[in-house]
Amino acid sequence: MSSVSGADMTLFYDQLGRMTIGLGILVLAAQAPPSIYLRWAVGFYLLGIFLLILVIFFGVKVKGSQRWLDFYGLFRFQPSELVKITVPMGLAWYLQNKQIPLRSKHVWISLILVILPVSLIYAQPDLGTSILVAGAGLSVLFLAGISWRWILSASAFVAITLPLFWAFAMTGNQKQRVVTLLSGPEADPLGTGWNIMQSTTAIGSGGLLGKGLGKGTQSHLDFLPEAQTDFIIAVIAEEFGLIGVSVLLALYIAVLARALYLAVTSESTFVRLFGGALSMTFFFYFGVNIAMVSGLLPVVGVPLPLISYGGSSVVTLLLCFGMIMSMRFHKAW
Amino acid sequence: MRSSVTIKNIEVEKALVSSRASILFAVACLFVLALFGRFFQLQVIEHEVFSLRSDENRIRVAPLTPPRGLIFDRNGRLLAENVTASSLGVIPEKVGSLEATVQDLKGLLNLKESDLESFAKNLQRPRTPGESVEIIDSLSDRQLAILAVNRHIKKGLEVSSRLVRNYPLAELTAHAVGSVRRITQNDLRTLEKNRYRGTRFVGRRGVEAFYEDRLMGQVGFQTIETDAHGRIKKVIDKQQAVVGKDLHMYLDAELQVAAYNALGNFRGAVVAIEPETGGILAMVSKPGYDPNTFVTGFSETEFEEIKNSVSKPFFNRAAEGQYAPGSTFKPIVGLGGISFGLMDWDTIIDDRGTFSLPGRDRVYRDWAWTPKNPGGQGKVDLRRAIYRSSNIYFYDVASRMDIGRLAKFTEQFGYGKKLISDFPSVVTGLVPNEEWKLNSRAEKWYQGDSVNLGIGQGDLLVTPVQVAYLAATIANRGELVDLRMVKSTPKSASVDAREYSDIRSRQVTGLTPLDWERMAEAMEDVVHLGGQGYGNNGTAWAYIGQNIPYRMAGKSGTAQVVEISQGEEYDEDVLSEFERKHAWFMAFAPTHDPKIALAVLVENGGGGSSVAGPIARKIIDSYLVKDLYADKSEYSARFQSGPADLL
Repeated sequence: MSSVSGADMTLFYDQLGRMTIGLGILVLAAQAPPSIYLRWAVGFYLLGIFLLILVIFFGVKVKGSQRWLDFYGLFRFQPSELVKITVPMGLAWYLQNKQIPLRSKHVWISLILVILPVSLIYAQPDLGTSILVAGAGLSVLFLAGISWRWILSASAFVAITLPLFWAFAMTGNQKQRVVTLLSGPEADPLGTGWNIMQSTTAIGSGGLLGKGLGKGTQSHLDFLPEAQTDFIIAVIAEEFGLIGVSVLLALYIAVLARALYLAVTSESTFVRLFGGALSMTFFFYFGVNIAMVSGLLPVVGVPLPLISYGGSSVVTLLLCFGMIMSMRFHKAW
Repeated sequence: MRSSVTIKNIEVEKALVSSRASILFAVACLFVLALFGRFFQLQVIEHEVFSLRSDENRIRVAPLTPPRGLIFDRNGRLLAENVTASSLGVIPEKVGSLEATVQDLKGLLNLKESDLESFAKNLQRPRTPGESVEIIDSLSDRQLAILAVNRHIKKGLEVSSRLVRNYPLAELTAHAVGSVRRITQNDLRTLEKNRYRGTRFVGRRGVEAFYEDRLMGQVGFQTIETDAHGRIKKVIDKQQAVVGKDLHMYLDAELQVAAYNALGNFRGAVVAIEPETGGILAMVSKPGYDPNTFVTGFSETEFEEIKNSVSKPFFNRAAEGQYAPGSTFKPIVGLGGISFGLMDWDTIIDDRGTFSLPGRDRVYRDWAWTPKNPGGQGKVDLRRAIYRSSNIYFYDVASRMDIGRLAKFTEQFGYGKKLISDFPSVVTGLVPNEEWKLNSRAEKWYQGDSVNLGIGQGDLLVTPVQVAYLAATIANRGELVDLRMVKSTPKSASVDAREYSDIRSRQVTGLTPLDWERMAEAMEDVVHLGGQGYGNNGTAWAYIGQNIPYRMAGKSGTAQVVEISQGEEYDEDVLSEFERKHAWFMAFAPTHDPKIALAVLVENGGGGSSVAGPIARKIIDSYLVKDLYADKSEYSARFQSGPADLL
C-alpha cells in the first residue's frame, strides 16, 4: 500500500525495510514496562530539547529547512520526530501528581514545557511537526483536567494574537499557503494552487468507486505532486473512490478508539496522560494530513500515518503504538 | 514515585481523564465526519466537474502537421523542400536560475535581443509546470554544436525538431517559387484556424502562395494522453494528416540560373516562356532575396533594411514591375496598322529623322537624332521600320490610327491584363485610351498622345511578363496561349478549376499567317541582318547577331524614364543612375520552330540592343545550345555545388 507508483519497486522495498525496523522497535517498546518510561521521562524530555538545540548549530539544511542531524554520514536523524514522543512524556510526568483542578502555576509551567520545543521546531522551519508536537502537549494538559475557563481564555488569547503571529512569525511561504487556502486554488493554478488543484481533482475524479488500482491518471501522469508521500490520500481517493476513503477513515477511527481506550483504562495517571496524548498524536497525523490534501487546511507537510512513503514518521508512529501496547501488557501496573 | 493523591482523588481523576478522552474522541469523530463530508462533496457532488478537469488535464487534441508539398522544376530538380530544424526550449522549473541560464545562452549562442523578447513573451503564455518554453525556434548547425559541447548548461534545456521549408536555390528562384512566411496575428484572422494549428508558416509569395491550398495538405489530429510535463503517454485517437501535394513547375532551373547570372549586377527582370505550352520557363527579378531567411528569421532591422532598400529586393519586377515598353511596342503598332488597312507591307515612308503633326510646332525625333545629325532611316517599309526601329514610321502610323481601336488591338496581346493564371499578382499594366485619359487626367486624348504611343512611350505601361508574352505570341504566329507556372496534374475535385483548364488557345484577329511570318522575319533581321554598312544593319546585329548557331527573332526597346525637353540632348553622363533609360529586349528562337520566347528588362540600363540584347542572347544560348560553351561542364558542376557558389 505504501508504494503506488508501481513502476518503481525500489520505493516499495525501501518502505518495507522501514516498516520492518519500525515493527522491531514496536515489539521492543511493547516489552518494556511503562515504569521505564516514567523513570526516563525527564531525561528523554531534556534529551529532545538538547537535540533540537544541536540542530540549530549543527543541523543539515535540506530544501531550505534545517531539521536534520547528520552523524558522520552514518545516518541522518530528525530530532523533532523524537520530540513528538518526549514532549507528552515529559508533560505527563510533570502533571501526574498535580492536584485537580490544575493550579495556574502548573498550567503555566506546562505551557512553557510545550512552547519551548514547539518554537524550536517552528523555527527550523517545520510547521507540520510543530503543530503535531503542540497538539500532543496540549492533549496532555487537556486530559490532565485543565479547567474550561483556562481553555476559553487561551482560545480568546490565540484569536487576538493571531494577526501578530501572521505579521511577525510566519514565513512568506507559509502565508502563501494560507492565502491559497482562503482564496481557492484557482486563484493561482500554476503556482501555489497547483498542488491543491491537482489533489482535489484527483479526489473528485475518483468518484464513489474510484478509477481502480493503478488506474489513477492524476498520479500516474505526474499531475499530482508528492503522490507517494504527503498527498497519498489523493491517490487512494482517486483509485478507490469514496468507498476506499471511508474504509480508511473508519480504520483510523477504530485504531484511535482502541488506543484511547487502552490509555484511559490504565491504572497509572502517567500512562493515562501519556497514552492518551500518543493516541491523539495519531489522530493529528491523519486529521491534518487528510484535511490539508482535500483543501480544508493549508499545506503544512504532515504525512499520512502508516501509508505515506518516508522513514521517520513510520518509526515514530510504530514506537508510539509499541508504547501504548506496553501499557496494555502491563495494565496492572 | 507513587502518586501522593488520595484514593478518592484517583477515582475522580480517572473519571476526569475518561470524560476528557471521550470529549477528544468525540471531537476526532466530528472532525472525521467533516473530512467524510468534504470527500463526499468532492467525490459525489462535484464528481462531474473534477472528472472533466482530470480529463482536460491529461487529454489533448494535438494537430498532426502534414509535410508541405515539394516543388520541382520541369526536370525534377527540387526547388522547395522540407528539412529538419531544431528549436531550443527552456524548462523554467528545471534550470537553477532562469535569468542566469538565459544570460549563459545569450553569450554562448549569440542570441539577439529579438530572441529574448519573444522568449519573454512565450514565458507569459499559460502552460503546465515542466513544459518547455521556446527560446530559439531554429538552431543553426553552429549553435547545435556549441550546445553539444557545453553539456554543463544542458539541464533544463530541450532541443526538439520539426520540418521547415528550405529553398536550395535560394535567391535564384525567390520570386518565381515564392516563399512561406511566418503566420502572423493578422494572418490568423483570415486563415482557417484549425487547419493551421501546428503550422507556423503559410505560403505568402509566388507559387507557394497561389498553391497554398494544395501544398498545405490536410492537417490531422490525434487525441493524446500527456503527463504533467507534456510528454505523450498514449495515443487515444488519431486522424492522419494528408501530405501536401507536390508541384511540378514549367520552370527550368538551369535556365533560371543562367538568366539570373546573365543579368549580372543590373537591376532588372527576365521572363522566359515556352511558346507551345505557355509555361513559364524562367522568371527572374533582380536583386533577389534569400527566401530561406523568412524561415530562419530576420531581425527587425535586417527586414526593414531589405524592405526599404532603394533596389527593392522583395519587389517582383518580372510580374509586378510596370514600365514603358519603348520600341518593343512597335510590332504591335505595325501589326495593328496592317490589320486596320492603314498600310501594307510595301507601303514606304520617307524617314528624314523628324516628324510633326500637320499644323503643329512640336517636333518628334528619331532615336538616332543628335543636335548635329538629324538621323533618319531613309526610305522605310514596315520590315525596315522594325529592324531599324524607325521612330518616324510608327509616329506616322500611330498618328493615323483611332486610339480606341489601337487600344483594343493591343489588349488582345494581354496588355492591361493579368496574364499568368496561377501566379498571385494583381498588376495589369496600363493601356491608355480616350476614356482612361478623361477619367484620370480630365483631359481629352490628343493626337500627340497617339504619336508617343506609336513608339511605346507616354502612359502605356507593361510588365516584363507581358512583353515576353508578346514575343511568345509572335513566335506562335498570333496564337494566344494561357501562361502558367505549374504543370497540370490529374484532375481532383478539391482543387481550383483554373489550374486544370486545358491550355485554351485563341488567335489575334485581323491578320493572315503571312503577316505573322513577315513580322517574325522582320524581327529576325533585327538580330541577323548584318554587313549592310552603316545605318543599314539590324539594330541588334552588331551586339548579338554574329556567330549565332540558330535563327533568333528579337526587338529591342529603350524606355525613357525622365522626359527630355524639346531640342535637348539625352546625355547619359549628366543623368543620375535612376534617371537613365530602361533597356528592353524581347526575343524568341529558333524563328521557325520557337522553343523559347523571352523578355529582358534592365532598369536604367541604357540601350536595349547594346545592354539587354546580349543578356537575352546568353540566356537563349544556354537553353538552345547546351554545348555551346566550352565551360559548360564546369557550369554544371557549379550548379550542382549549390547556389552560393554561383553568385
